[in-house]
Amino acid sequence: MSEAHPSKLNEPVDSDVDLHVPPRPAGRPERQGPVVAVVALGGAIGAVARYGASLLWPTPPGAFPWTTLAVNVLGCALIGVLMAVVGGARSLHPLVRPFLGTGVLGGFTTFSTYAVDIQHLLQSGEAATGLAYLALTLLMALAAVWAAATGTRRILGGRTR
Amino acid sequence: MNWLLVIVGAMAGAPLRYLTDRAVQARHDTVFPWGTFTVNVVGCLVLGLLTGAVAAGAASSQVQLLFGTGLCGALTTYSTFSYETLRLAEGGARFFAVANAAASVVAGLGAAFVGAAVAQALWG
Repeated sequence: MSEAHPSKLNEPVDSDVDLHVPPRPAGRPERQGPVVAVVALGGAIGAVARYGASLLWPTPPGAFPWTTLAVNVLGCALIGVLMAVVGGARSLHPLVRPFLGTGVLGGFTTFSTYAVDIQHLLQSGEAATGLAYLALTLLMALAAVWAAATGTRRILGGRTR
Repeated sequence: MNWLLVIVGAMAGAPLRYLTDRAVQARHDTVFPWGTFTVNVVGCLVLGLLTGAVAAGAASSQVQLLFGTGLCGALTTYSTFSYETLRLAEGGARFFAVANAAASVVAGLGAAFVGAAVAQALWG
C-alpha cells in the first residue's frame, strides 16, 4: 500500500475547528449547543486531571516544572492518536472529536501556565532553567504529536478515509 | 471546593476557546491557525496578570484556581497548538509551521510579561 501524501490525509490543520465543510444556508444558524456542551464537559474533565496531577506531583517555585511538561507532552501524544483515529475512521459520532480533542485534551494541556512559569523562572534569576523548560516542552510536544500521529496511522494501515 | 472552582473555570474556558477559535477562523482565509494563537496569547496575558495579582496579595488562591487553573488553563491549549504545527509541516507549509511555533512561544511569553508588569503597576 503506497503511503498517501500527508496533505491528502483526512485530517484538518486545526483539530478544534474545521471550517472546510460546505457552508450552511444563510439564515439557518448551525446548532452549536451540543458541541459547546460536550466541549465544556470535556474541558472540565481535562482540567481536573491537570489539577490532580499538580497536587500529586507539585513542583516548588524556581524548580523545573516537570508536572506541567509531562501533562502537555502526554496531551500532545494523545491528540496525535485521536486525530489519526478520527481521520481513519469510516464513521464516528460527530461529538467524539469536540469532546475528546477540543474538550478533554484542550482542558488537560495548557499554554498559559507554560508561558507564565517561564516568565517567573526568567524574572527570578533562573534563566537557564526557564530557557531549558521552554525548549524542552516545545521539542518534546512536537516530537510526541508527530510520533503518535504517524505511529497510529501506520497501525491503522494507512487508511486515509 | 477547590475542585469545583477548577471545574467551573474550565467549563467556561474550554467553550470560550472553541467559540473564539470559530469566530477567528471564519474571518480569515490563510492556513495560519490564528484562532488557537489568539486564545493562547490572551490566556497568557490574563494568567500573567492574575498570578501577579495573587503574588501582590490582591487576589486569593481561590480566584487563582477559578480563573487561572480553570479558566486560563482550559482556554489555552498545547495539544491543539502542537497538532496544528504538525499538520502545517506535513502539508508542506513548513514556513507557517515554524512561524506558528516561534510566534506562539514569543507572543505567549511576551503576553505573560505584560500581564505581570500590569499587575506590578496596579498592585505592586
